[in-house]
Amino acid sequence: MTNIHSTAAEMASALAAKEISSVELTKQHLDRIASVDGKIHAFLHIDNAGALEQADAIDKKRASGEKLSPLAGVPIAVKDILAQKGIPTTAGSKILEGWRPPYDSTVVAKLKEAGVVILGKTNMDEFAMGSSTENSAYGTTQNPWDLTRTPGGSSGGSAAAVAAFEAPLAIGTDTGGSIRQPAALTGIVGVKPTYGAVSRYGVVAYSSSLDQVGPFARTVLDTALLHEAIAGHDERDSTSINAPVPQVVAAAKRLDVKGMKIGVIKELSGSGFQAGVSARINESIELLVAAGAEIVEVSCPNFEYALAAYYLIAPSEASSNLARFDSMRYGLRVGDDGSRGAEEVMSATREAGFGKEVKRRIILGTYALSSGYYDAYYGSAQKVRTLVKQDFENAFAKADVLISPVTPTTAFKIGEKSDDPVAMYLSDIATIPVNMAGIGGMSLPVGLADEDGLPVGLQIMAPLMQDDRFYRVGGTLEAALLSKWGKPILSNAPDLAGQK
Amino acid sequence: MAAISRDDVAHLAKLARIEMTPAELDHMASELEQILGAVKRVQEVATAEVAPTSHPLSMSNVFRDDVVKPSLTNEEALSGAPAKAEERFKVPQILGEE
Repeated sequence: MTNIHSTAAEMASALAAKEISSVELTKQHLDRIASVDGKIHAFLHIDNAGALEQADAIDKKRASGEKLSPLAGVPIAVKDILAQKGIPTTAGSKILEGWRPPYDSTVVAKLKEAGVVILGKTNMDEFAMGSSTENSAYGTTQNPWDLTRTPGGSSGGSAAAVAAFEAPLAIGTDTGGSIRQPAALTGIVGVKPTYGAVSRYGVVAYSSSLDQVGPFARTVLDTALLHEAIAGHDERDSTSINAPVPQVVAAAKRLDVKGMKIGVIKELSGSGFQAGVSARINESIELLVAAGAEIVEVSCPNFEYALAAYYLIAPSEASSNLARFDSMRYGLRVGDDGSRGAEEVMSATREAGFGKEVKRRIILGTYALSSGYYDAYYGSAQKVRTLVKQDFENAFAKADVLISPVTPTTAFKIGEKSDDPVAMYLSDIATIPVNMAGIGGMSLPVGLADEDGLPVGLQIMAPLMQDDRFYRVGGTLEAALLSKWGKPILSNAPDLAGQK
Repeated sequence: MAAISRDDVAHLAKLARIEMTPAELDHMASELEQILGAVKRVQEVATAEVAPTSHPLSMSNVFRDDVVKPSLTNEEALSGAPAKAEERFKVPQILGEE
């Protein structure tokens, strides 16, 4: 029977066969949200009425025999960084509290057009700056596996919603790992598509040369279905790729890696990674070999500089992007008492509206771009970016895809790293090189670490615009793991509604 | 690299239009020092012969046809304004009154 624990693909076929209506399915998810989100806090805004209205419209279209998209009637959660017309959109910041966008982002418009039912907007680190959701101005999201731990970030609300069965699908954004890292920490699948594969029109910008929108789901096939629904050229985003979307759904169904060369990145293995993480990665490698893949070791010596370069490039671009929050046209305005000038009001508003990490990155970026320091910091970081790209090019000359752990550790405790920015930044060490080069990557759950019983994510990376390759490898490995375990990984997570 | 002083941070905060408290300035100065210490490693490999990369895709000058398309109405565009008057954004005084 179709229920919240079904996959999105199963829900879609049950809807198509009229075994369940979209209204019933949407209600099941809204009930689930009502019963568990008090513990998880994945959502910042739940659109009960809007979701049911949308579901009802889809049911009517289906009843009238209209041809519908594959995911029509299936519910989704959307990160609160994507504009949705008339629905509060905060990007996790006080400076946008109460703002209701007058337009839809392209991704939201595509979801609506495909009949995907939007349940609500999910929690995130303010302006996507963070790796734990602790930088949200609206409180932290809890990890469904252990409520004392973070779900990762910045798209932590979206990942937690999917892992807690509040939604089968979710949208996130990934600038340095913000989809892959929370997917790894919550035991679900998350994909950062190739840069430019998905439109960013209507997405609050953080670091424009790195930002990318992507899908979350509980299976590789569901992730692929959502990927195909949101990807494609958009003339309203000048950086979007004007080329056909790779056939990721077909790749996810292929279940065969015979003859593929899989590169293991030497610099992203061994010391520096939790033993339980390395153990699950090594088992995955064995399963891929058993499935007919060939393993090669590759070296990416410049990756060790990628993290440092990222924390110059992203804050620099953020300091420029966030200049738009000037209290003049939308959002918060503070101290406009008639006696103060525009610049004073602007400064008072930005002081009151931005959180600590956002201020930290704006100041760092302003410094890195200032005259006298530009070459030493921003300029040097851009050169490192070239070296990281070259490392990937050399590695992809020897392998079809590359693999590594997604994160150095499993989910960390809430509060554990919140006072130490550099320690927090280290949790992105394996995901950042992908954004620097603009390529795509997948986080696939590959088991639980022995020492803490928490999920481990394997990162699978492919060259620019070859995103179908990680769906092929991910789908094959997922099937091998499932037959080994006999049940999905999330069946090991606590039953949040009960007392387990 | 010179140490980051509180005055340096105050100058940056002024450039970034963020009115920070003295306590915030002190805190930010020490954090910035720590972060810059970690990120300046990029200079170890950023030699003169390496070309910079500003963007992952090689694309330039993306144009569209110069055709007027539907856009937001005046009312929609003003819908989120903190203050408005006469179908315009109302902003605090920009020029000094002499």
